[in-house]
Amino acid sequence: MSPGDRRLLPVHAPRGVGMLRGTQSFPDAARTALADTQLRRNLGHATATIRAKRAAVVGEVADWEELREAGRSIKADTMARLDDLLIQLEERVAAAGGVVHWAQDADEANSIVTRLVRAAGADEVVKVKSMATQEIGLNEALADAGIAAYETDLAELIIQLSGDRPSHILVPAIHKNRAEIRALFARTLPGVDPDLTDDPRELAAAARSHLRRRFLSAKVAVSGANFGVAETGTLAVVESEGNGRMCLTLPRTLITVMGIEKVVPTFRDLEVFLQLLPRSSTGERMNPYTSLWTGVHAGDGPEAFHLVLLDNGRTAVLSDEVGRETLHCIRCSACLNVCPVYERTGGHAYGSVYPGPIGAILSPQLTGVEDNASLPYASTLCGACYDVCPVKIDIPSILVHLRAEHVEAQRRERRVPTPEAILMAAAAWTLADPGRWQNAQTAIRAGRALGRRRDKDAGRIRALPGPLAAWTAARDAPRPPAETFRQWWARTRGGGS
Amino acid sequence: MNRGSSVALFVTCLADTLFPDVGRATVAVLERLGCQVVFPPSQTCCGQAHVNTGYQRDALPLVRNFVATFERYDAVVAPSGSCVGSVRHQHAIVAERAGDNALAERARAVASRTFELSEYLVDRLGVTDVGATYPHTVTYHPTCHSLRMLGVGDKPLTLLRNVRGLTLLALPAAEECCGFGGTFAMKNADTSTAMLADKIGDVLATGAEVCAASDSSCLMHIGGGLSRLRTGVRTVHLAEILAATDGAA
Repeated sequence: MSPGDRRLLPVHAPRGVGMLRGTQSFPDAARTALADTQLRRNLGHATATIRAKRAAVVGEVADWEELREAGRSIKADTMARLDDLLIQLEERVAAAGGVVHWAQDADEANSIVTRLVRAAGADEVVKVKSMATQEIGLNEALADAGIAAYETDLAELIIQLSGDRPSHILVPAIHKNRAEIRALFARTLPGVDPDLTDDPRELAAAARSHLRRRFLSAKVAVSGANFGVAETGTLAVVESEGNGRMCLTLPRTLITVMGIEKVVPTFRDLEVFLQLLPRSSTGERMNPYTSLWTGVHAGDGPEAFHLVLLDNGRTAVLSDEVGRETLHCIRCSACLNVCPVYERTGGHAYGSVYPGPIGAILSPQLTGVEDNASLPYASTLCGACYDVCPVKIDIPSILVHLRAEHVEAQRRERRVPTPEAILMAAAAWTLADPGRWQNAQTAIRAGRALGRRRDKDAGRIRALPGPLAAWTAARDAPRPPAETFRQWWARTRGGGS
Repeated sequence: MNRGSSVALFVTCLADTLFPDVGRATVAVLERLGCQVVFPPSQTCCGQAHVNTGYQRDALPLVRNFVATFERYDAVVAPSGSCVGSVRHQHAIVAERAGDNALAERARAVASRTFELSEYLVDRLGVTDVGATYPHTVTYHPTCHSLRMLGVGDKPLTLLRNVRGLTLLALPAAEECCGFGGTFAMKNADTSTAMLADKIGDVLATGAEVCAASDSSCLMHIGGGLSRLRTGVRTVHLAEILAATDGAA
């Protein structure tokens, strides 16, 4: 296969680089998280708080549903002509004095950024919080090249200082409380006041004075982008702390890594997304800092601007008619905050930097579903995520679609079907015919013996055999009745209809 | 008002096999309101468990059987928001994925005439008081698929408020999933149990004797937990409450 052919196939995010794959399956990782009392408490409190804030500020927008529909249709239009829009973006960025680089995957993106940092004569960079650079493991790649990357977002700083992994898209340190953060700062920040308390204001001040030195000394900044406007070549970063504004304006060289799906056609489209994003994300009417920049300007801001356009599996997502809607995501994380599974397991259980419902559909599509096969099943399909999504991504339907993709991949790849596949085929064969189904019902009725033997009083079964034991580990099962509905109907209504 | 209409009952495989009282109650409510209920005996299962576990190809014969069984009727009623959700939102997708567009078309037509019980009572029959008596304190879990897939809104609550003798107690965090999720309860048993624990906590906080819902599957899950912990709180399907006339359900 020549490199030319390779580009025609859906190319997934490569293994061995970046943070899209976990080391454990979701059920195993979740089991550990569920037993972590502190994590459960922190997450329960934090998600409930953000949920309430979001509901309040969304409730005051009379045309919220129209806004969602506008967001959805702009994204659908963008995906339908992504190639043209990206070329237009490249032309406009170049015309404004920027340089555009195309990265097919994480490895390419990491080496482009490393080369650019070296060319700028720097051995350290300051970073704006960015999902794309975490996805590709940029900090690790830079470290391997002897370049130190300093996160400047407060929560990302906390994660970096503790050698941890982010567990939420917007609030990466959501799993830590302020007592844990005080202890961390006291241990890791040079010259920190030994009497530092866990008052959030004091903690923020300690981080600020630490970061201020970094901002003033850094020659290169690395950012992500919330939006890239094809019409004007303008990039946008939306943030809360002002660290982003510092990074985007102080250093001489700015390198922005942007997933190709972040392009929007026109400047006017920002009107829609800048209403949808803050309200869905932090539960604010508007976020404190929105930075927009177009190329470079003499005497104002960076002297050099590089835009790295990242694929890393996105074209593969785009090629799937059902799954491509996933690329509409604007990374607000509203779906995480309403998800009853995420609320209890936290982000680490998902293995990838993209946790929660959106992670459960995005990560398996970027890596190929077999590399994240347990994620599409990490949902009850309750639909709460779909209800809050500001761009109306039908997450439950995509989860079901990916489950089917997984089952079909297994069917192709395995010579012997899985026990589950055999069970499902047998059940389908039985249920496809009313006669066979009636015979099966008779067999199920034999289960009455279990109820009689183990618990004759309550008519409940306390323990089921085989794989069904997973049910009775925590729940009783109903004792099958003496007569099915259809038997009752036949007996009392003379059969038939 | 559409009384005297003929209704085909889709009892669902779960109620047929494990909760026949739910089927009998559904028949009783519909007949009391003047409907002619028929039970097409060739029905089996909507195939949702197959679809939601990834076995869409295996679900195809079930979709075909559902469509063939029910397409001759003007109205199909099921005592399950989840199964109706599957009929309405999944059957055509399963057929299309298998390349059977004709079946998808027929599936869409049947789906447009398939209703969850409370939808049928309130929207089609225009009834909010079914003449039931149920002298108990009840809390109602709205179930995710009724709520978000079908959008039944407060129709079940409206029906319950008009039941004589019934005291309805609001369930805290009512709209949160109970953790059942079909095969999720087995594949992710720990997370499912954690969600169930919180749902049970909310049910107990109401002080109600009965936790009601309009899905036997969610009730089997919540009821299985309530019974395992010997809470003494029982689960009852909405249809059984609406069928009760002497407080005996």
